[in-house]
Amino acid sequence: MKDGFTTNEIMVTTAARMLRDGEVVFVGIGIPNMAVNLARRTRCPNLVLIYESGAIGARPERLPVSIGDPTLVTGALGVCSMPEVFQYYLQRGFIDVGFLGAAQIDRFGNLNSTVIGDYARPKVRLPGSGGACEIALLARRVLIVMNHKHRAFPERVDFITSPGYLGGGDEREQQRLPGAGPEAVITDLGVLGFSSDTREMVLESLHPGATVEQVQQETGWKLRVASPLKRTEPPTAEELRVLREELTLPGGAA
Amino acid sequence: MSKRMTMTEAMGRLVRDGDTVVMEGFTHLIPFAAGHELIRQRRKNLTLVRLTPDLLFDQMIAAGCARKVIFSWAGNPGVGPLHAFRQAVERGLPTPLEIEEYSHFGMVLRLQAGAANLPFLPTRTFAGSDLPRVNPRIKQVRCPYSGEELWCVPALRPDVAIVHAQRADEDGNTQVWGLVGVHKEAAFASERVVVVVEEIVSRELIRRDPNRTLLPGFRVDAVVEEPFGAHPSYVQGYYDRDNEFYVRWDEISREPTGLDRYLEEWVYGVSGRQEYRERMRATYERLRARAVPCEPVNYGY
Repeated sequence: MKDGFTTNEIMVTTAARMLRDGEVVFVGIGIPNMAVNLARRTRCPNLVLIYESGAIGARPERLPVSIGDPTLVTGALGVCSMPEVFQYYLQRGFIDVGFLGAAQIDRFGNLNSTVIGDYARPKVRLPGSGGACEIALLARRVLIVMNHKHRAFPERVDFITSPGYLGGGDEREQQRLPGAGPEAVITDLGVLGFSSDTREMVLESLHPGATVEQVQQETGWKLRVASPLKRTEPPTAEELRVLREELTLPGGAA
Repeated sequence: MSKRMTMTEAMGRLVRDGDTVVMEGFTHLIPFAAGHELIRQRRKNLTLVRLTPDLLFDQMIAAGCARKVIFSWAGNPGVGPLHAFRQAVERGLPTPLEIEEYSHFGMVLRLQAGAANLPFLPTRTFAGSDLPRVNPRIKQVRCPYSGEELWCVPALRPDVAIVHAQRADEDGNTQVWGLVGVHKEAAFASERVVVVVEEIVSRELIRRDPNRTLLPGFRVDAVVEEPFGAHPSYVQGYYDRDNEFYVRWDEISREPTGLDRYLEEWVYGVSGRQEYRERMRATYERLRARAVPCEPVNYGY
């Protein structure tokens, strides 16, 4: 914690700043959960939090450990069934932002949360899609949060659980996928976007302390770097206070 | 007509070896007491259906109840992998486990199609994903009106649904609040339905609040009263999720010996949920829900 904040904390604050007040956000577990709850308690009091479990307009008073936590129900605007969440909210087009994470992401933003290795004889069996595949296709904006590690950033993922830009270029449009494709990838080293022509990942911003060489070293292909390259704003004291005092999980995990 | 049974009777009469059994509950209302009874009765070759297999199926897989799992997200939420599930899929231990995999939306639609007596339902998910490549039951369908290509999943018609809920009357009229997940779809899709509740209440109490009724009694074959029956998951208004246990499960289940010890102590080693509850009295007290009531509504006209 040499800069006065952890890598998790800068990922959370960076993700939180990408949200706009009043947006309807589909919330997943882990860092997205922290980011959305931080944004709601700071810059975006009118965010509408929707969890795939069916909680609509949740106002959790403790940080939910899972996306089905009872605190999501107490004080929520509404509760609906899962067929309703997926059909009337997500498929109908009422989700502004979906957050995703995965075990692997590739050059074109395709995500793998299913298997490492061959599907029939996996080296590592991962949890699977959950709602990720449909969030990648049906949310208006898709934000991805991942730790930047070489094994998590291969040139091609072993399995496409949640499609990004497929093989790049206009392949997503050619194959008539719904949705616009991923907007940004927030890692522990920086923020990456996608080029408007080839649709490959481009490093756009470096977190304090990180270097381009370090990002390249943890990326499985020759990474494009934006010019000018930005520096990520560090977390503010208020953001850190909310994170540390109000959004801690039992056991201190983030 | 009272459909009240003990857990032993209900599982013994309504769940058979080789059945397809849906045991839903999205984090909320997971029927652990019923699962433990199926383990004690040594049910075999079950096809187990849940969006999120959770600790419940991890335990049932470790105990040798499962031949196949139909699912969409197999992990311990916020903690890590399901070790028994992974052992079975990656190494075929203790026995090989067949899997059939969808996304959550796909699973939801399979149950909804089953409940609506339709052969399949279309969706806009799956496009560009590798899931249809490894699961040939996810197919493309052309809209007969617009010509648009959509994806679709087949109806799922389980033999049995086991549904945990807050309360029911003796006839099986069942009320749920909080997250309802796909409880209703699971019950209407299935051939037989067992409801497990925290408390059995009077018929009059149910009739005073009909909007809260998820299942009418005529769709239910057995009602079992089993307080604390969803632990370590939770029941809104009754007890909180035992998050500490979900974290501990990672350690318990990492090695088969730890798993066997757990099953020996907390499943085979108790006669039923009553003994489990008594041995866990301190936990039960720790998790008990505080009161956050809402105002009654007027059903008059």
